[in-house]
Amino acid sequence: MAKRLDISDLNIYYGDFLAVEGVSMAVEPRAVTAFIGPSGCGKSTVLRSLNRMHEVIPGAYIEGKIALDGEDLYGRDVDPVRVRRSIGMVFQRPNPFPTMSIHANVIAGMKLNNQRMSKAQADEVVETSLRGANLWSEVKDRLNKPGSSLSGGQQQRLCIARAIAVQPDVLLMDEPCSALDPISTLAIEDLIGKLKQDYTIVIVTHNMQQAARVSDQTAFFNLAGVGQPGKLIEMDATEKIFSNPNQKATEDYISGRFG
Amino acid sequence: MATVQTPPSVELSSPGLTRGKLPRYAPVVLLVLSFAAVGGLFAALGSFSVPLTVFLGIILYAVVILVVTTFVEGARAARDRLATTLMYSAFGLAVVPLVSLLWTVLENGLERFNGYFLTTTMRGVFGGMDAGGAYHAIMGTLEITAFATVISVPIGMLTAIYLVEYGPKSKLGRGITFFVDVMTGIPSIVAGLFAYALFVLFFGPGVRMGAAGSVALAVLMIPVVVRASEEMLKLVPNELREAAYALGVPKWLTIVKVVLRTAAAGLVTGVMLAIARVIGETAPLLIVAGVVDSANFDLFEGRMMTLPVFVYGQYTQGLAPPGPDSIITINYDRAWAAALTLILIVMVLNLIARIIARIFSPKTGR
Repeated sequence: MAKRLDISDLNIYYGDFLAVEGVSMAVEPRAVTAFIGPSGCGKSTVLRSLNRMHEVIPGAYIEGKIALDGEDLYGRDVDPVRVRRSIGMVFQRPNPFPTMSIHANVIAGMKLNNQRMSKAQADEVVETSLRGANLWSEVKDRLNKPGSSLSGGQQQRLCIARAIAVQPDVLLMDEPCSALDPISTLAIEDLIGKLKQDYTIVIVTHNMQQAARVSDQTAFFNLAGVGQPGKLIEMDATEKIFSNPNQKATEDYISGRFG
Repeated sequence: MATVQTPPSVELSSPGLTRGKLPRYAPVVLLVLSFAAVGGLFAALGSFSVPLTVFLGIILYAVVILVVTTFVEGARAARDRLATTLMYSAFGLAVVPLVSLLWTVLENGLERFNGYFLTTTMRGVFGGMDAGGAYHAIMGTLEITAFATVISVPIGMLTAIYLVEYGPKSKLGRGITFFVDVMTGIPSIVAGLFAYALFVLFFGPGVRMGAAGSVALAVLMIPVVVRASEEMLKLVPNELREAAYALGVPKWLTIVKVVLRTAAAGLVTGVMLAIARVIGETAPLLIVAGVVDSANFDLFEGRMMTLPVFVYGQYTQGLAPPGPDSIITINYDRAWAAALTLILIVMVLNLIARIIARIFSPKTGR
C-alpha cells in the first residue's frame, strides 16, 4: 500500500491538441499532493492520466513516463484495468450507482468484477470501508437503502468508501468538495487527513485554502493562454508555495493578483 | 468605465401586486353554460345533435372565457386561458379516435369473445355454423412473435451497444445508423417476401412455416429495437461508466453490469414497443406463415395461423349462406372478437413490461 508516483516529461494530447506539456514531478507516498491552478490548465487532465482514465476519451493519449514505485504504468504489456485497480479515483460530482444499495455500492469494485466473497466477508469490507470514510455511524441502520438516498456530502464519502474498499495504492481526487457545502467539505478534509496515513493521495482543487489545509506538497499549473498547453510552473512543500514561492506567477495566483 | 444604463421603465397596466381573479369554478360553469346555450338553441330549432353541440359549445366557451377574463384578470391571463382551452381541445380531438376505436372493437367483439372462442380452432367449421374460435391463431401469434423477439432483441441490443459504447464516431457506426434508418422504412410485405426467398433456399419453393414469419417480423423489429435501445443507453450518465472504470472494472463488465442494468427499465419498454409494432403485422405472415384452420405448435413444420391473418381471413369470407341454423354475420363477428383478442394481448404485454420496468428502475427513495 501507499506507493510513490514518478512522472517524467509528460505530454498529454486530446487528438491533435496538446493539452499539457513537459510535466515532471514526484508524488510522495503517505502524503497529500495538491494540484492547483486556473481552469483549463490541465491539472485534472494530469490527474486522469495517472490512472489511465485519460485514454477513455476517444483520441486521447500521452507521451512520457509515469511510474508507480518504478513500474511504468504505460508499458507495452500493462493492462489499464489493473492500473485502475491499484490507483483509485474520486470524482468531482458524487456518482454512486443508482441501481445499487449503500451496501452494494461499497463493494461495487468486487461485485462488478464478479469476485466471489462470503456474506461475512462482504459485511466486514463494507464496515471497514465505511468507517474509513467516516460514514459508518450515519448509514449503519440503512445499508439496504439506495445510495442515491444520501445527501451530497454523504454520497461523496460513499464514493470514497467505494474507492478504498478495493484497497488501492494511490487515491486520486478530482475536486472532491466542489459540489459540497462547507460542513461536508470539512468532513471530507478530515477524512483526507486520516487517509494519508495509509494512502498516497493526489487532490485537484480550486480552493486554495483547502490546498493549504490538507496538502503536504503543492503543484501549481498554469497556461500561457487559450489554446496553449498547460505547464507545471512549480512544485514544492505546501508552506513554501503559500508563503514564499520561487515563481512570480505562483505568488500572483495564490495572492489573487492573477490575470 | 461605461455608465450603467437604466433600462427604460415599462408601463404596467395595473401597478401593485394584486389583480382580479376569477373563482376556481368559473371555467367549468362557463363551459356548462356554453353547452346549455348551444344545445338549447338547437333543441328550440328542432335539430339537436351531440357532436355539433360539443363543437360549437367549445367555440362559444373559448370566446366567452376570453372576453370575461380580459375584463376581470387582464390580457395576459386571458391569453393563458385561451391557450389552455386550445390544449384541452387538441387533447380531446386526439383522444376521440382512440376511444371510438376501442368502443367499436368492444361493441362488435364482445359478442363472441368468450372462453369457447379462446379455446377452439376452426377445424371442421364451415358456413354459418355457430362454432369455431381463434385458439390456433392466438397460439400462432404468440409463438411467432416470441420467436421474432428472440431473434431481434439480441441483434438489436448488441447493435445499440456497439453504436453507443464502441463506435459513436466511427465510420462503421455511422454506416450502421444509416442502414438501420433504411431498414425502418422497409414495407412489411417486402420483409415477408425476403423471408420467403430466404427459406426457399433451404426448403424449396412453396415453403410455409411459422419460423419464416418470425424472420419476417424480426426484419421489421430489429431497427425499432436498435433505435429505442440506443436512446436508452445514451441516457446513462457517463459518470457511472467512469466510476466503474476507476474501480478497475473492465469495459465489457461495465457495460453488462452498470450500463445495461441502469438502462434496464427503458430497454424493456423499448422491446415492448417493438413487439407492439409487429404483433399486428398481416402481410408478411399471409405470405410465409400461411393460412390454416387447425392448431399447429411447431414453428418449423407446416402452416401456422396468426390473429391478424385470422381477422383478414374471416372478414374476406363475408356473409355466410343463409340456412336453418346459420348465423349469417358469423365471420364478421369472429373477426371482431379476434381483433379484440389482439388488442388485449398487446395491453397485457404492456402491463407486464410496466411492472418489470418498475422493478428495474433506479430507486431514489429517501
